[in-house]
Amino acid sequence: MVEGKIEIRGLNFYYGTFQALQDVTLRIREREITAIIGPSGCGKSTLLRCLNRMNDLIKGARIEGSVKIDGEDIYGSSVDLIRLRKKVGMVFQRPNPFPISIFDNIAYGPAIHHLASKQALPDIVERSLRAVGLWDELKDRLSGSALMLSGEQQQRLCIARLIAVEPEILLMDEPCSALDPVATAKIEKLMLELKCRYTIVIVTHNMQQAARVSDWAAYLYLGKLIEFGETKMLFTTPKKRETEDYITGRFG
Amino acid sequence: MNQLMNPRRTEKIVFFFLLLSTLVVVLPVILVVGIIVVRGSSVLSWEFLTALPRMGMKAGGIFPAIFGTFCLVVGTVVFALPVGIFSAIYLSEYSKRGRLTRLIELAIVNLAGVPSVVYGLFGLGFFVVFLNFGASILAGSLTLAVMSLPVIITASREALQAVPKSFREVSYSLGATKWQTIRHAVLPHALPGILTGTILSLSRAAGETAPILFTVAAFYLPKLPKSVFDQAMALPYHLYVLSTQVPNVKLELQYGTALVLVALAVLMNIVGIVIRSYFRTKKQW
Ligand SMILES: Nc1ncnc2c1ncn2[C@@H]1O[C@H](COP(=O)(O)OP(=O)(O)OP(=O)(O)O)[C@@H](O)[C@H]1O
Ligand SMILES: [Mg+2]
Repeated sequence: MVEGKIEIRGLNFYYGTFQALQDVTLRIREREITAIIGPSGCGKSTLLRCLNRMNDLIKGARIEGSVKIDGEDIYGSSVDLIRLRKKVGMVFQRPNPFPISIFDNIAYGPAIHHLASKQALPDIVERSLRAVGLWDELKDRLSGSALMLSGEQQQRLCIARLIAVEPEILLMDEPCSALDPVATAKIEKLMLELKCRYTIVIVTHNMQQAARVSDWAAYLYLGKLIEFGETKMLFTTPKKRETEDYITGRFG
Repeated sequence: MNQLMNPRRTEKIVFFFLLLSTLVVVLPVILVVGIIVVRGSSVLSWEFLTALPRMGMKAGGIFPAIFGTFCLVVGTVVFALPVGIFSAIYLSEYSKRGRLTRLIELAIVNLAGVPSVVYGLFGLGFFVVFLNFGASILAGSLTLAVMSLPVIITASREALQAVPKSFREVSYSLGATKWQTIRHAVLPHALPGILTGTILSLSRAAGETAPILFTVAAFYLPKLPKSVFDQAMALPYHLYVLSTQVPNVKLELQYGTALVLVALAVLMNIVGIVIRSYFRTKKQW
């Protein structure tokens, strides 16, 4: 069996004494989209944040089990957090560009990682904006504030900002929940385009969205992985009763 | 009875009392400034602002005092701003929330309330005598800096903490280190608040007499300081001297000096307010 890009084994996660994830084992395949679905509070965001160690910032958080990316345990003692987070980027639920210019937003990551000289930055900005389909719209107003953009444009900009640091994995935590259906459709289209270059993990509340974009789907409930499989199978012939109840809306 | 409790009437009564309280606050300020302007503006002239005092301060200008106060303000900024910002960053971003940190925070809050004359005595004991700087611009600036630090630190911490958490999260998620995050994603957005707080505390420092009394201020020194180790005249102290220590000074001279001092404080406050409102229109988080 081929190893996945990300191998999660026996993952337990605790916020203090509260256990948010229980024995989660999951394989995330390279250059495919894996969706994590489940009711509110079931631990989707927590699981996602385990993959780039953003949970490290939370006091009293504790983790057991292993998460391997490209065969390397990211919780190992020799891991360089900075390299990890450069490789595993994150898009947040609410578009959160910095209140600075469009150009500077995208240049933020490359500057921090010394990826490019000052002269090469415009190239990176252009490439990143092209990758998210914003270049033609924005090429004349790169020095304008990122906050003047629409919600959808802001979310694309955040994705571009991420792409600028040349990650391999994109973690998206409900990236469309602050957007209207038209904008959502555009972002979904973008995700499908990005799939050929990046491994994408998306958390979503929107069942249709998971069905539309993902190749693999994981159903999480109360911190436990109930079912994981190919999206087609999971949505048409779920093996578990709980999964079926949830995806058909009979949940709760 | 119903008539009496009419909400519209209550509204009017409340409005009246709120307005009255506001007037009670504002009136003295207007009176003070008004009297100073009316009585002091007659001596204001180019000579008054740029000439040295003559005849035991009974004639001539107040330029050395203006210049001395200017030096003290600059010195205070140089010493207080970096230390203030760095310690605010340490306290709000790096320190562990332990007992020691809380003790330090408590100390800072209380230091802000210590009377300025106590800082003056501290400056005398520590900078003038112990470090042997003598009564000098250096000692005076350091004393004023120490006095301004609590306010600058408090304002800076508030400004740092007002920066949305999401900025830090994004920065970390892009692989930035803690210092990079603070330096590039937090500090630039906190700077307006920090500067405003600093300028306001400076304008207070510029008007204080007690801290400079023993540490720098010269009674009558009709020449400009040549180095930071020289004594200097300063506006607030000069005003005090004119009003209490020199007999038969024209009243206008005192009011004129007061006017310059007030104008300086107002100017600094305006700069602070302009900076704040400029950045407030720009920021939209
Ligand atoms: N910082 C925290 N400290 C303590 N408990 C937390 C923290 N963050 C989340 N939790 C708890 O962990 C559980 C899982 O939270 P998580 O945010 O992962 O859920 P989620 O599936 O993403 O929910 P949603 O769909 O509402 O975003 C919840 O019960 C939540 O209350
Ligand atoms: Mg969530």
